Amino acid sequence: MTRVLSYLNAVGEALRQEMQHDPSVVVFGEDNIGGTGCDGKLGNAWGPTQGLHEHFPDRVFDTPITESAFVGAAVGAAATGLRPVADLLFVDFAGVCFDQILNQAAKLRYMTAGKARVPLVLRAMYGTGMRRGAQHSQALYPLFAHIPGLKVVLPATPADAKGLMAAAIRDDDPVIFFEHKMLYFSHGDVPEEPYVVPLGQARVTRTGGDCTIVALGRMVAEAEKAADELVADGVQCEVIDPRTISPLDTGTIYDSVRRTGHLVVADESNPRCGVAGDIAALVAEHVFDALRGPVRVVTSPHAPVPFAPVLEDAYAPGADQIKAAVRTTIPVLARQEHAS
Amino acid sequence: MPDHPRPDRAELIDIYRTMRTIREFEERLHAEFPGGEIPGAVHLYAGQEAVAAGVCTVLTDEDYVASTHRGHGHAIAKGCDVTAMMLEIYGKAGGLCDGKGGSMHIADFDRGMLGANGVAAGGVPLSCGSALSAKVRGTDQVSVAFVGDGGANQGAFAESLVLASVWQLPVVFVVEDNGYAQATGTRFHLGGRDIAPRAEALGIPAVVVDGYDVLAVREAAAEAVLRARSSEGPTLLDCKAHRFFGHMEGWDQQAYRADGEVDRLVAERDCLRLFADTAIVRQTLTTAELADVDAAVRVLIDHAVDESKSAKDPDIGELLTDVYVTY
Repeated sequence: MTRVLSYLNAVGEALRQEMQHDPSVVVFGEDNIGGTGCDGKLGNAWGPTQGLHEHFPDRVFDTPITESAFVGAAVGAAATGLRPVADLLFVDFAGVCFDQILNQAAKLRYMTAGKARVPLVLRAMYGTGMRRGAQHSQALYPLFAHIPGLKVVLPATPADAKGLMAAAIRDDDPVIFFEHKMLYFSHGDVPEEPYVVPLGQARVTRTGGDCTIVALGRMVAEAEKAADELVADGVQCEVIDPRTISPLDTGTIYDSVRRTGHLVVADESNPRCGVAGDIAALVAEHVFDALRGPVRVVTSPHAPVPFAPVLEDAYAPGADQIKAAVRTTIPVLARQEHAS
Repeated sequence: MPDHPRPDRAELIDIYRTMRTIREFEERLHAEFPGGEIPGAVHLYAGQEAVAAGVCTVLTDEDYVASTHRGHGHAIAKGCDVTAMMLEIYGKAGGLCDGKGGSMHIADFDRGMLGANGVAAGGVPLSCGSALSAKVRGTDQVSVAFVGDGGANQGAFAESLVLASVWQLPVVFVVEDNGYAQATGTRFHLGGRDIAPRAEALGIPAVVVDGYDVLAVREAAAEAVLRARSSEGPTLLDCKAHRFFGHMEGWDQQAYRADGEVDRLVAERDCLRLFADTAIVRQTLTTAELADVDAAVRVLIDHAVDESKSAKDPDIGELLTDVYVTY
């Protein structure tokens, strides 16, 4: 049975169902219960873990502000029989515990020739839009996708948020799970029963023969809006949401580009050494012969995220930039654009 | 806390064999390293054997240890196969990690050895995790985090003390203060004489231990392990034992150490000799028995080195295996 659920509650429902399903799943982070050590009531978590402790009082924990210790504890617990879901809060805070992610979680399996497995999920809130400034708004997923041994997941819809979280928890490798803060209160149809959206399978959100738009996270909705508006120009875009960037479903992207001959990548992250550039390079390397126009990437600029609303709104890309990029990659439209 | 039983004859022999195996293993690596067949960085544990042996003698196979870059001693004391370790250090097929880890990443999950670690204090948070795992799974397994005086300055160590304290984790932090963070002395880098007070400030029982005295280490470790097994939370042992060799083979000539310091250490603070001279050992074991252990260990290490020198390199096909379980 399906009903409308928010992205935030979809993540929460996946956590609850997976904890029900598997007693080795534990959940912890700062204020994941909210209220431990206080005289008032428990249950002051802000995010998807709200209320979880009532169902599983022995498997949900508040942590002190000790990211190195508790992210590392997630690695150690994962290597010794648990399936921890640790919460970084803002992905920006990976800065204080990156060793445990980069050198411990990602490498333990390889360094032990496969004797270790590290089935952990690290939840990480990301993205612009909430006026939180440069240290609480980054879209840092390319950093993690760069590291062999980690998987990187970016759900764009409530249904995917639930299914990908379930898949991430059941997965035997370390998964960094990116939750866009501005998507938390977006709503969509979500099945009630437990289900899994496999990691590494892109979703084609709409089909079209003129241009492929690969969009990540919050950019998926922006790409769909752009695609809607481009119909007026007689342009049918195909929108692909990779859903996970490591592993990356290159097959779906290549097949689409072979049919459309054009590619735009929309990525909220910064442009240098990022996912957009990576996808552009992969397409250039593997399906160059199919390209009939330049590949365009739409990203945030090479600058920190600003605070003032007018600046932040100018920072993150959106439907208008995606539309403009599609127009300039299709030669006939580019000529019209130039002429006008 | 009840006193841990005095070691019996079998345990005394085991302790001696462990320390002798570590010493022989490390001295042999020191001798072989200039030959150029051993790749990479090798950090020797000789001089500190009493710490690994004294702690691990009170652990079971099911208990966990997370180690440091200077991890050979911990691995041997936790029961890792010596030949497989040597093969690993030589980067050969059949090594404990199939040649993918090397000296700084020796691990054996079947023995609860969660790995040496290339990052100072990098393994300490892992111990909080294995301790949490035991607690949630309802076992009485204990986790030991080894860390050096240098690593004890890392945030990961300080944070782990906090987490272990507030979560009351069954973990024992074993600081091995060997006097030097690479070539920088504790008198400069520690900001205080001992590490124990840092734990005490968080309500974690902590004790400074003579790290050359394996029976003193064993006694302190037994109490700490009993506390952890009884769900009474973490303990810190601040063990003092200087290393015989430099920070790392092939690079460190120990010019920063005082003239005669190492010679005095070897002459006066050799944990093997001190152990052999204790009343309990003199009353329980004969010098012939100890000599038999020495001879057997030499054969074992000779065999490990011979095997390693003649072993095959890892298959090139292993390059891209074990990155993920599935991808």
